[in-house]
Amino acid sequence: MSKVRVLVGTRKGAFVLSSDGARRNWSIAGPHFPGWEIYHVKGSPVEPNRIYASQCSSWFGQTMQRSDDGGLTWAAVDNKFLYDGVAGTHAWYDGTPHPWEFKRIWHLEPSLRDADSVFAGAEDAALFHSADGGSTWRELSGLRKHGTGPAWQPGAGGLCLHTILLDPSNPQRMYIAISAAGAFRTDDGGQSWKPINRGLHSEFMPNPTAEVGHCVHHIAMHPSRPETLFMQKHWDIMRTDNAGDEWTEVSGNLPTDFGFVIDVHAHELETLYVVPIKSDSEHFPLDGQLRVYRSRSGGHEWEPLTRGLPQSNCYVNVLRDAMAVDHLDDCGIYFGTTGGQVYVSPDGGEHWQAIAENLPSVLSVEVQTLA
Amino acid sequence: MTQPTTIRIELPASLRLLAGIPTRDALPLPVPQPATVNGAINALEAAYPALGNTLRNPATGQRRPLVRFFACGQDISHQPLDTPLPEAIACGAEPLLILGAIAGG
Repeated sequence: MSKVRVLVGTRKGAFVLSSDGARRNWSIAGPHFPGWEIYHVKGSPVEPNRIYASQCSSWFGQTMQRSDDGGLTWAAVDNKFLYDGVAGTHAWYDGTPHPWEFKRIWHLEPSLRDADSVFAGAEDAALFHSADGGSTWRELSGLRKHGTGPAWQPGAGGLCLHTILLDPSNPQRMYIAISAAGAFRTDDGGQSWKPINRGLHSEFMPNPTAEVGHCVHHIAMHPSRPETLFMQKHWDIMRTDNAGDEWTEVSGNLPTDFGFVIDVHAHELETLYVVPIKSDSEHFPLDGQLRVYRSRSGGHEWEPLTRGLPQSNCYVNVLRDAMAVDHLDDCGIYFGTTGGQVYVSPDGGEHWQAIAENLPSVLSVEVQTLA
Repeated sequence: MTQPTTIRIELPASLRLLAGIPTRDALPLPVPQPATVNGAINALEAAYPALGNTLRNPATGQRRPLVRFFACGQDISHQPLDTPLPEAIACGAEPLLILGAIAGG
């Protein structure tokens, strides 16, 4: 019988939640790395028991952990993330030049083909790669040295590279997103990059349609259709069907189109999920009601999903890497909150249950579907 | 060549946990003479690779801002890391204390 393993990163450690395919009864293991911030935990699609975890601390910096037994035991791997060459400057909040300084790894993306190959997205924004299971890291500096790099400015959470999407049909193509620089694509394995922000409109910018400067919060892709991407921008839900060359807004009837997470159903290419958040100054759901919104038409038309979710006095947030889907026949949807709850819907969003209720603030959620 | 000297280092709980060190006792470690904070960190990282780059920023080699070093009741955090440690530390009579600054929540 199939199993699922949910990898949860929190402000104070990592947790591994496990269940069978019914997804009704759960066990919780952890905290792993108690007291440390775990920005992201993700398993290799090639060898699911190979899991990488980004562990950091304001005191002791970045460390990186690897498990080869499904999260039962862990070992520290290399944590030396050095920018290639002279780091240079990006733009600070006030527009003045500011030195590039490594702070942490926000996102890990294991290769689709090689368990020893893994990408890491950093703050200040840079893309790193390890070809040896995390034993050494090298910056793919073509991204940071892209001509617009000195103009990149941090979002409220920092100048973070938080999204990495690998194209299953083309090993040379990947997408990344940076707050608040925007989205970028490479077609040559990471050597060179182009901004893919045409069609985005950001009112807070002096030029709302500039080539870079957009605060992209997250991007989702269905692996069987890698030229179609769905974006939760600071405000606006966006869609592209040509690998980012042109985006169109699909916010439709959402009560607010501010938010952080977005994901795609495992088997329905036009079924999307978001969690609308009131505004950029009030990071909680509208009216104290935690509602996931689903579109079954690729955007534009959205419906609230509420059964099993708190519908009063709920003022949590759902951060950008804290939603995931499994690949069981009846697709499961998962998300975690800043209040320490992890919710699952085992039926595509119709019904929800809390599978953890009192964890530290959740930073990230990933799901592994195991045979 | 001068023989190494053995100093004793006390670590904060977070780093003991990271390195899998079960004891709260000060760790005896051989360091080159003259004993310095840099020498102590080098010995610590060699003995416990998981602690690599946790005390010094690998890009600059400098102390991380919220790490503090105390020797014989004195905060020596702002001294250059290659400053010789007091004799009581260098001979192992007193431990070198490594602390995470009280900051944040």
